[in-house]
Amino acid sequence: MTAEIDPRASSQSPEDFASQWRLIWFAFRRHRLAMTGVVIVLLFYFVGAFAEILAPYDPNSASSKDIYHPPQMVHFIDYDDDNGWSFGPYVVAMNAERDPFTLQTTYTESPDEKIYLDFFAKGQPYELWGIIPMERHFLTTEDPNQRFFLIGADRLGRDMLSRTIYGTRISMSIGLIGVSMSLLLGLILGGISGYWGGRVDMLIQRVVELVISLPTIPIWLGLSAALPQDWSPITRYFAITIILSLVAWTELARVVRGRFLALRTEDFVTAARLDGCRPRRVIFRHIMPSLVSHIIASVSLAVPVMIIAETSLSFLGLGLTPPTISWGVLLKEAQNVRTMSQAPWLFAPGAAVCIAVLALNFLGDGLRDAADPYAQDNN
Amino acid sequence: MSTTDMNTKANTTVLEIKNLSTEFVSKRGPFRAVDDVSLELHAGKTLCVVGESGSGKSVMSRSILQIVDPPGRVCGGEVLLHRHRTARGMGEEETIDLLKLNPKSSAIRNLRGRDIAMIFQEPMSSLSPVHRIGDQVGEAIRLHERVSKKEARERTLELLRKVEIPRPEKAIDQFPFEFSGGMRQRAMIAMALACNPTVLIADEPTTALDVTIQAEILDLIRSIQKESDMAVLFITHDMGVVAEIADEIAVMRFGKVVETGDVYEIFENPKHPYTQRLLNSVRELDRPSERRLAMREKRPVGEPCLVSDGVRKVFGASKSWFKKEVSGGLVAVNDAYLELRTGENLGIVGESGSGKTTLGRCLQRVHDVTSGHILYTNASGQELDLAPMSEGELAQPWRDIRTVFQDPFSSLNPRMTIGQIISEPLIVEGKLSGSQIRERVYELLELVGLPASAFMRYPHAFSGGQRQRVSIARAIAPNPRIIIADEATSALDVSLRTQILDLLLDLQERLDLSFILISHDIAVIRYFCDRIAVMYRGRIVETGDTEEVCTTPKHEYTQSLLSAVPVADPRVRGQKQRVRYHEAT
Repeated sequence: MTAEIDPRASSQSPEDFASQWRLIWFAFRRHRLAMTGVVIVLLFYFVGAFAEILAPYDPNSASSKDIYHPPQMVHFIDYDDDNGWSFGPYVVAMNAERDPFTLQTTYTESPDEKIYLDFFAKGQPYELWGIIPMERHFLTTEDPNQRFFLIGADRLGRDMLSRTIYGTRISMSIGLIGVSMSLLLGLILGGISGYWGGRVDMLIQRVVELVISLPTIPIWLGLSAALPQDWSPITRYFAITIILSLVAWTELARVVRGRFLALRTEDFVTAARLDGCRPRRVIFRHIMPSLVSHIIASVSLAVPVMIIAETSLSFLGLGLTPPTISWGVLLKEAQNVRTMSQAPWLFAPGAAVCIAVLALNFLGDGLRDAADPYAQDNN
Repeated sequence: MSTTDMNTKANTTVLEIKNLSTEFVSKRGPFRAVDDVSLELHAGKTLCVVGESGSGKSVMSRSILQIVDPPGRVCGGEVLLHRHRTARGMGEEETIDLLKLNPKSSAIRNLRGRDIAMIFQEPMSSLSPVHRIGDQVGEAIRLHERVSKKEARERTLELLRKVEIPRPEKAIDQFPFEFSGGMRQRAMIAMALACNPTVLIADEPTTALDVTIQAEILDLIRSIQKESDMAVLFITHDMGVVAEIADEIAVMRFGKVVETGDVYEIFENPKHPYTQRLLNSVRELDRPSERRLAMREKRPVGEPCLVSDGVRKVFGASKSWFKKEVSGGLVAVNDAYLELRTGENLGIVGESGSGKTTLGRCLQRVHDVTSGHILYTNASGQELDLAPMSEGELAQPWRDIRTVFQDPFSSLNPRMTIGQIISEPLIVEGKLSGSQIRERVYELLELVGLPASAFMRYPHAFSGGQRQRVSIARAIAPNPRIIIADEATSALDVSLRTQILDLLLDLQERLDLSFILISHDIAVIRYFCDRIAVMYRGRIVETGDTEEVCTTPKHEYTQSLLSAVPVADPRVRGQKQRVRYHEAT
């Protein structure tokens, strides 16, 4: 009774049974750049999660004799005087010399003095996630009284590496939290707007346009200037995320509305209505699953925007403020010409921003391409 | 025209396709869309390539000019253009192998449109919406010949006149959106004819058009061919069109040519079993199903169960924000009176835009109706008016009146398994337990002829015909009484159409159903329906017994519609008198 099967197409493939998520995964796996992006992003979040262990020092411990200490190279093979060698990472110590006339400090290597490093050695004590007391660091000096600076030190002699690692936590999480808040707003308002249409749609879209038309930087400035100065760093952190997401939800709301409008006229949605489904079931059971992939893609593209926003706010001195550490706060230190010429390593957090944003964008692109596995079926 | 006559008689081969193969590279390995195809095109003759969807006929035609979209590529064979045998030839031997030319080279660009021209299926998308018709046709001339703008414009006017576009002086400065589908296809043909091509490749040029317009376009192609001695490669899936226009036929299946021959020979004496089956399914469709007639003997048609009483639907009549008045709008359905009796199949036929789909949706109250009543008599004999009901009140009527949609691809949610799709109405109804629903779905799958293994699969694993079976299973899940099938077979190949229609008849016998079948295809209606309603511009112009209407149509529009339907028999070609109907405005 059924038609003959085309001999050129083999039909019994596992893809026939594959769900949407598996098809997305098949498509995503082929996207090399996006896979690289995933690895890097995961690495960043890992660093953020275990910042205390991975950082060699407390980010706030200053050292007056190490002001603007330049970066040091790690040597892995240690040669003895009598040509024997052993494995033992070390850095060559640097001594500060102050020019008596210009008062400028210069650091010179003293090759005889080696500072040995060790994995998971005991260092400054800390509390992991503020609860678990620990004192071992991933990589630190064998002698707790010595210090090393892989990417240099800032104007108070604080280790830039430790500070950048701690900054990862705040900067990467502000993206996630901010986006999840704007996602909530965007989904609800965009969904209502797209499903019901008519006047509600009209009203919500005008609000979206209003928010989009506001120039972002002055709005951020205004809102954060309104924050009381005596708020604790953590309250301030949440206030900033709310401010960021209040501006960022519009984009998501538009994406969601567009998809709703497109799907509302699909036959399968009409079929669901005729099956007797109430609007809530139509939305959540029939329309939403088709949206999820697109939403994930736009979320992964919204996170870097958040990160950039936080960085620029903090850079202007209106976002987070010390003692909170974020990439933006760290970059604020690199605002003047003197640092540029004398201590270019203070830009290290900028590189972190770059890499994180690029990786997230690649990830988002890959997700967006993979999000509709059915679109590529024809090829 | 002595050379023309000579050519026609001599059967001059102008284009020769030898062992052409085209592959599509996919992740499952190469897929041969065209497999070792050899064909010959003769001057002044039409070669029809017939085949069902996916048989590779379109890809084959695109391979000739090397315009296959990547990942497809031509991987073997020769396409020889014997230029010296055409009017353009200089007398000396000149044969070009088109496949040897670089697809991006100017050598092949010179041939495209000048020696070999192409027209496509979709008149809506093959013209640029932002350029005037005249400019688009004129560009084809100016690309290949050195003429001034003024000259090109004059030639364009002549071309538009040739393809019978009314008022060419005005049309030349119009934009495509001001043209109807048929007019656009005429403009496309004008563009293709701009340089007097030796070969015209027409890829389903009439598939997207209504039958009456299709008949006109076919006439046009034929008359132009007669004039200019063009060789035409005509690709179609419609045996009726083939019988109307072909001199020779090539039947394609799974990328291979299974049979070639003279049109009369193939229609009368098909050799390959596939050709036989194809012709049988076409012929079967052109008369009433014996199954249905036998069924009516046993169980006569009962009382009316769904009546549309003066239904009127106006689109776009928006209430303004402040005033409550209704203004303007498009009248899609105009005072339609129609009744469906229990155990009967009612067909609604009409051209695109005639309002037949809208009427179907109004009957089910998917759309609100502007005025009128929809009287539904339910199983307990109670008469309900669906027109003023809210969505909540409609829940039960919607379980009794179900739909089978036209597009088997968009009507199934790609994110749900077949099991989930079919069980959805049962879950929402909430009468059965989980395991009972599961059992019922297996029962339904068997009823529509799908394997039980389909339960866990997703729609993308199924072909169009199988998906339509899923759609039918979903429709009959809550034990309905009426099914509205909106062009349920239009997206399917001919051989599948009878299968699906037979399945519906089968279900009618078992489940005591009544059907409304909406279609533009008279043959399908004739096979399936007891009574027919003909719609034209939102009005029902004629209703009656299917056979009666089909043999002795009363309304002029019905006459013109029936006379335009191509008959799958080359012997009657040109014998039928075509009636044209234009409503007095």
